Amino acid sequence: MVKPLTAPRRKNPILRTRLPTLPPGARSRPALGMTAAAAEGRFALQTCKDCGTVQYPAREMCVSCLSDKLLWRDQDGAGELISETVVHHSNNLFFLERLPWRLGMVKLDCGPSVVVHLHADVPAAPARVRVAACLDRASQAVLVAFPPEDTPNMADDRQLREMTCDPKFRKVLVTDGKTAVGQALVQALAKAGAGLIWVGYAEPWKKYPGLEALKQLPQVTLVPLDVTNGQSVKELAGELGARVDILVNNAEVHRAYGIAARYGTDVARAEMDVNYFGLLRLAQEFGPVMRARGADGQNSAVAWVNLLSIYALSNFPAHGTFSASKAAAYSLSQCLRAEMKPSGVRVVNVFPGPIDDEWNQMLLPPKVAPGALAGAIVKALQGGVEDVYPGDVAQEWLVRWRENPKGLERELSE
Amino acid sequence: MKRNRLRYDGIVVAVPVTVPYVRYSIRSAHWFLGRALAELIKRSGIAKRDIDGLCVSSFMLAPDTAIGLTQHLGVSPRWLDFLPIGGASGVVALRRAARAVQAGDADVVACIAGDANQTESFRLNVSNFSVFSRDASYPYGSGGPNASFAFLTAHYMRKFGATAEDFGRICVDQRTNALSFPHALMKKPLTMDEYLNARPIADPIRLFDCVMPCAGGDAFLVLREEHARDLGLPFARVLGTIERHNAFPDDPIQMRGGWAMDVDDLYAQAGVTPRDIDFLQPYDDYPVIVAMQIEDLGFCAKGEAPAFLRANTMTCDGTFPLNTNGGQLSVGQAGAAGGFLGLVEAIRQLTGEQLGAKVPDAKVGMVSGFGMINFDRGLASGAAILARA
Repeated sequence: MVKPLTAPRRKNPILRTRLPTLPPGARSRPALGMTAAAAEGRFALQTCKDCGTVQYPAREMCVSCLSDKLLWRDQDGAGELISETVVHHSNNLFFLERLPWRLGMVKLDCGPSVVVHLHADVPAAPARVRVAACLDRASQAVLVAFPPEDTPNMADDRQLREMTCDPKFRKVLVTDGKTAVGQALVQALAKAGAGLIWVGYAEPWKKYPGLEALKQLPQVTLVPLDVTNGQSVKELAGELGARVDILVNNAEVHRAYGIAARYGTDVARAEMDVNYFGLLRLAQEFGPVMRARGADGQNSAVAWVNLLSIYALSNFPAHGTFSASKAAAYSLSQCLRAEMKPSGVRVVNVFPGPIDDEWNQMLLPPKVAPGALAGAIVKALQGGVEDVYPGDVAQEWLVRWRENPKGLERELSE
Repeated sequence: MKRNRLRYDGIVVAVPVTVPYVRYSIRSAHWFLGRALAELIKRSGIAKRDIDGLCVSSFMLAPDTAIGLTQHLGVSPRWLDFLPIGGASGVVALRRAARAVQAGDADVVACIAGDANQTESFRLNVSNFSVFSRDASYPYGSGGPNASFAFLTAHYMRKFGATAEDFGRICVDQRTNALSFPHALMKKPLTMDEYLNARPIADPIRLFDCVMPCAGGDAFLVLREEHARDLGLPFARVLGTIERHNAFPDDPIQMRGGWAMDVDDLYAQAGVTPRDIDFLQPYDDYPVIVAMQIEDLGFCAKGEAPAFLRANTMTCDGTFPLNTNGGQLSVGQAGAAGGFLGLVEAIRQLTGEQLGAKVPDAKVGMVSGFGMINFDRGLASGAAILARA
């Protein structure tokens, strides 16, 4: 059984910080279908529309009937471990630095045999397992075999922790502590075992409700941070940038209305200044140092979380300028993702539906409760995903958008 | 109605050539292939312009293939084949060349194999070996073939009760065979203790279960018997050959190779039985594959190779001479040339041109090839039975 992780010792400042290396990231285009599903936490395999064959590795054609009508279908991952090995030698630097490494071959109940990273709590072959897909440090989907039932300390598996961004014992910066979502995030991260949580606080002279409660948490330190102020971002990055393992950017300005109902550009500018330029300022100051710490021991820099909105996918005219600022932030996050990729630091984008806060007063439920949103973000970090769509509205919009983006645009204009 | 396979009457193999193996070399694959062809010409007395068939096996010719090599080496064949299929390439080259000569598409086919090895070569080859390995096996620990064969070995041991000592017998006896073979890179005897105590590579595979990547070349000629006689060349007859690729795709994990599908045809075509085989040169990238070949080629039943190995000795003077020059496990694996090593050795044993220990009174020998772990299993397989003239 995996032993529970213990809090890491303080870093020895004399020792060189190990540079990040990555597992092999090259994939064929068909194989990226598995990555697309894994990015959302799903395990999907190619399934032939004509004959139903489930196949792996991904191909251009059905291995059985040669049809090219191949669909990606979610799988439950049930299977049997039929062989295993522990490699003590590797041709890749990432693995070479992390040997020994346990691997398995699993015959899935749905058909094919697959090579997997093998969780330490799976007993010797033959054994029943549950295979899941998650993103590795190269941001590509890999398969991991788990015991069929959860075991204690499962997330602390040494190999698994190289794929997840678990907050346990990690140091986290939450950029805005004054909102309900920010405060729920801090509580959820503390509960998940975060070692230190810095909470950004833009206007220290204002007494917002809830901040006192946060201060009572032993892990929490309030820090001055105004994402609209380049100097403020720079100073904070200089002070603690080299220690941040997970950055959660939840700072946002959200006002209702679109173009005609609010004359002028002041509100739209304020939204862009926080939602888009705020991300840009943070990325420029914190990005480089986090990139350098992608392999900094047990508690390396691992994740950058952006609180976006489902409106980033398609404009919601009733909140038109806010939607535009989130679309801009989404686009920039893809740039950040590409720039962080060589370091293995994962950019996690969160696309909630309307949050149950004061700025969505005029919307009817369902709305995402701040606590539920915070829980979804922590769960994403504990898993191997990079795109999260919390709440019923977000889930429904996602399906509508995938099925027919033009249709969703029309429907939203009603 | 099933048609019988045509025999190879009158087709022979001759001029076994090895371009000496070296651990590392700054020479390219073109150099090793060119040396192999030059040696074939020198030893056969055939003029270069009369080589009208060429079969090339190599992994590291890129961006060239066999066609680029014709201009590089200045030959104008009327029959050309390129076989980048690793461990099965020797048998497959023989088989196709024999048919070409039989049909009159070529008078003499030079079958040449060669690969380079620089310090980076092996890593570059395994990291980009195939689309499936890049997508679905290399991202898992990047162990290369060691990890893939570890799965097959662990499964075989569990399924059939094979022990490390069983596999060790193959490695130890082959090393004995290698000690008299001048081109073997391993020059020291190997004891069972050394084998069992070697460092683990990918459990249950240990250091001496793995071949050493190296550079080198191997080659032979395929021609008609009367042609060989005119030239005064010692030769061996081709009694039968088979090849089969991606056999048994529905097996969840590989326990058998394509030989099992065609072995009856092979013996029928050759007109011999397993009891007539005086030596076996199986492809030995890992001992578990040797065990599978012993079973699939009819020397014992499936799962009984461990007992068979315990009951036999595999040295040249033993009861079941196996890889009589030491095989790749002791000679080294010169890329795709590894697929030629056993075939060239078989020709030597049957023509009396052996460089090391001789199998006493060898009349009939078998060569077997296997290769290309595309994802989880070796896809290519082939076997040939040759006979003393």
